[in-house]
Amino acid sequence: MKLRQLKAVAQPLGFILPCMIMLGLFVYYPLVQNFIFSSFRFSAFSPEKIFIGFENYKTLFTDEIVVTALRNNIRYAVVSVLIQVCFGLVLAAILEDRVFRRFAPLFRTTFFLPVVISVSVVCLLFGFVYNPIDGLLNKFLELIGLGSLARPWLGSGKTAIWATIAVSQWHSTGYIMMLFIVAIQKIPEELYEAAEIDGAGKLRQFFVITLPQVKEMFFVSSVITVTGSFMVFNEPYILTKGGGPGTSSITIGVHMYQSGFFKDMMGYASTLAVVIFLISAFFAVIQMTAFKSGED
Amino acid sequence: MTFANIRTYRRDSFTPVHYLVFLMLCIGFILVAYPLFWILMSSLKTTEEISLSIWALPTKLQWKNYANAWNKGISQYFVNSMLVTTSTIIGVIIVSSLCAYGLSRYRGRWINVMLVVVMGGMMLNPQVCLIPLYGLLTRLGIRNTYLALIIPYMAFRLPLNTLLIRSFFLSVPKEIEESATLDGCGGFQVYWRIFLPMSRPILLTSAILTAYYAWNEFLFAIIFIDSTKYRTIPAGLMSFRDALQVDWGPLLAGMAISAIPIMIFFISVQKYFIRGMMAGSVKG
Repeated sequence: MKLRQLKAVAQPLGFILPCMIMLGLFVYYPLVQNFIFSSFRFSAFSPEKIFIGFENYKTLFTDEIVVTALRNNIRYAVVSVLIQVCFGLVLAAILEDRVFRRFAPLFRTTFFLPVVISVSVVCLLFGFVYNPIDGLLNKFLELIGLGSLARPWLGSGKTAIWATIAVSQWHSTGYIMMLFIVAIQKIPEELYEAAEIDGAGKLRQFFVITLPQVKEMFFVSSVITVTGSFMVFNEPYILTKGGGPGTSSITIGVHMYQSGFFKDMMGYASTLAVVIFLISAFFAVIQMTAFKSGED
Repeated sequence: MTFANIRTYRRDSFTPVHYLVFLMLCIGFILVAYPLFWILMSSLKTTEEISLSIWALPTKLQWKNYANAWNKGISQYFVNSMLVTTSTIIGVIIVSSLCAYGLSRYRGRWINVMLVVVMGGMMLNPQVCLIPLYGLLTRLGIRNTYLALIIPYMAFRLPLNTLLIRSFFLSVPKEIEESATLDGCGGFQVYWRIFLPMSRPILLTSAILTAYYAWNEFLFAIIFIDSTKYRTIPAGLMSFRDALQVDWGPLLAGMAISAIPIMIFFISVQKYFIRGMMAGSVKG
């Protein structure tokens, strides 16, 4: 009897254990460790750690770069929801419309292409686009007679963050668009036919049928996009060499990286990682509670 | 009058609004497609041509840019990326399908606990673990090796893929498993002989999602690897840019080499890729 019980536990455990070990050792253990690290001062190059209690958290609240970084993350989030989610939905609705059916596959695939290109290729490409002298953007502005608008897009503190945000929109709008296309394809055709018989125009059909039918996807993609906006690292790291000029285009992720691996303040970097954790946990909870309420 | 009437009956004809929307779609098409075309076009020009006549087609195709890029490091990065991506895929598929089988075929309170552990892992952002992970990999002596990427990539991709495969396993009818057990198959044999072969489509989806992640991952790739010998393409392109400085032709060729094969691959498996995107968000 005992042996059989043991076997009943041991067998599923054999399947699950490899996964649990990996998650435990490389995901959960570092997570816990990060919280502990956040109350120490230490360097990447020496094993010695000095306990400083909440000193890092005090630094956090007086650190002006954190304010700049979070403001940039919020800008990222707002623009991304507007362009990737809202515009992405409109784009999906247009491409799923009967009138454009003939051209839809070409547009759909093209708009999706940037999604499958790695972020470093995209950022290098936009390095050429934004190049102050030989860049495509400035040359194009000159070509159409708007040469006065030409400027060093990434070299000016005013435009650097917006230029960086624009790159992410170019890169990711097709992704959200594709999610909406699949969601719209699941809407029963009869709904549109009935609306058409009732004399509803395209715009009305969009607001009365499409929007309510994809509202769950709208919510999910908004949460994904906002969460992603607070985790942005690659684009400012590559395009503006780590949030430049100065710290004008820094994000919280880049600030963490620089504090840890540039200024060698590993403890403070862990504190910034705690901030990132709290933000992402907040959005994860929103997503989960919303899903729960949706099921009832 | 009659003409107008006929027009309203032909449902698929273009109205002025349609023309306007179509025009905007075309502008969007150019905005996306031209920069990509520009990479290809410029990768075949000399650096002088690129900076002096930015819009012009190459006067003489500079294929040597590609040879240059390939020999100056891209080949190594390409091989590294292939190696890391393939190992990550194999590891993720094995470990997460095993775990998915355990989670879907057995009942118990602690099974539920494990399920929560897996779900929690999905919510977690890799950035949060960056600094402790750096220390951990150093202590294990695997920082700056292929394993420094493969193992964290696997660990952070396991939750999503386990849940994906589990939801498929849950839909497998109980009878299939029962008849196999009557035939004398043990738990592992049921997994290996019945569940794995049945779930090929979902495993393919999993593999593609994992490939997308591992091929493009940037943060771990620049921090856990110091030597150019083990760099993958996303991180390698950075050192490639720094090494070439203003030698734009080979740089653009390098970008084309890193983008084109994977682009063709993902577009050709679009169906599975999008299915996976729907199932769990791969972004971030």
